[in-house]
Amino acid sequence: MKQIHVDSIIEVVRNICQEANFYLGDDVQRALEESLKIEESPTGKTIIEQILENAEIARKHRVPMCQDTGAAVFFVELGQEAQVVGGDFTEAINEGVRQGYREGYLRKSMVNDPLMDRKNTQDNTPAIIHTRVVPGDKLKITFAPKGGGSENMSVVRMMKPADGVEGVRDFVVDWVKRSGGNPCPPIIVGVGIGGTFEKCAELAKISLLRELGRLNADPRFASLEKQLKEEINDLGIGPMGLGGRVTALAVHIETHPCHIASLPVAVNIQCHAARHKSVTL
Amino acid sequence: MSRKVRLNTPLKEEKVTSLRAGDEVLLNGTIYTGRDAAHQRLLDLLEKGKELPFDVKGQIIYYVGPSPAKPGTPIGSCGPTTSYRMDSYAPALMKIGLKGMIGKGPRGKEVVEAMKRYKAVYFAAVGGAAALIARSVKSSRIVAYENLGTEAIRELEVEDFPVIVANDVLGNDLYEEGIRKYSRRK
Repeated sequence: MKQIHVDSIIEVVRNICQEANFYLGDDVQRALEESLKIEESPTGKTIIEQILENAEIARKHRVPMCQDTGAAVFFVELGQEAQVVGGDFTEAINEGVRQGYREGYLRKSMVNDPLMDRKNTQDNTPAIIHTRVVPGDKLKITFAPKGGGSENMSVVRMMKPADGVEGVRDFVVDWVKRSGGNPCPPIIVGVGIGGTFEKCAELAKISLLRELGRLNADPRFASLEKQLKEEINDLGIGPMGLGGRVTALAVHIETHPCHIASLPVAVNIQCHAARHKSVTL
Repeated sequence: MSRKVRLNTPLKEEKVTSLRAGDEVLLNGTIYTGRDAAHQRLLDLLEKGKELPFDVKGQIIYYVGPSPAKPGTPIGSCGPTTSYRMDSYAPALMKIGLKGMIGKGPRGKEVVEAMKRYKAVYFAAVGGAAALIARSVKSSRIVAYENLGTEAIRELEVEDFPVIVANDVLGNDLYEEGIRKYSRRK
């Protein structure tokens, strides 16, 4: 059995926390550059230009592209033939976050208690960790910091199977319309359909990790993604909600089988600072 | 047609009333930061009839929680946070002389009405353009509530801080007008 020491986990987590926040992904960069050609609103163009210039500054000076460096969300795939040794796995991730956020001058945005104290934990822990056991002996860690502005504009609805494709489409488009300029458009719209209440929310978030421009492998859902993107961009919300042609850079749908009585749908909105970084040990 | 304007703080009433939704503005001078927790404290003081930690007359509050400053720099990345969370506090501050707010996202009806009544404006900064905005901040000093960390009230000296007038004193709302203009939906 392959052994992975917690010290190496701490080290990679410390690094990806910083890299994800300093460097905008090539796919998002390309999508923003493309959107500049489509945008007709002068204000919208100014905004997209500022976003691109901002990414450049962040990259060059190794500073966070957005001051909201997020809740530290992790997706972990642990190979069943790998063994974590030398300490507690969860604590290793948290220690990596602690070190990464301190070293990288990243903002600490977590409070200890959601309702009563709301005292900042000062080190951005605890991380939110989703772990899956998979075949093999590798450990894949994906870090996807999530800012509050776009996370707040997210929703789960338990729809009726009778609502069908049209019902889901209307729900997603209406939800984006209601969110308007709040989640920092241009946005990426993550949609989870099926599973259960909690599963569809996870699917929506996982969909945001997909490379921009890649469609769902099922042609029916790929076509729904294209249709939703068009309808959302017809809303005219535009960059930062001040009007324009570019509201969504992409719509990503992930699905899962579900109960005969159910049609759970989740929308997780991602701002243009779409950050994620993976590493495999 | 939107205009490009350079403005100095504190804002004079005639300057504020001449601004129109859509104008691109470069702000210069002193501005103050404050977000959720700081607003709650300011309103608690007002309710008790106590003095605020800074005089809001003619001033601008920027809704921001900066990331920590790297050594040798005045501030970390500092883009706007979503403004609607401050909607319930904003009218009371305009009533005592606040002339401008900087944030992102649309404001509620009561805030838009208060801007008309008290002659104040709302500027939109580009959410996520936090590293770019940081370059226009020349100095930063904590004025109050240091224990709130990123949420403390700071006095910033800014040079050509780029913003867009989203709401003016006439009740014009760029969020509504802009979306109406580009919507292809019936």
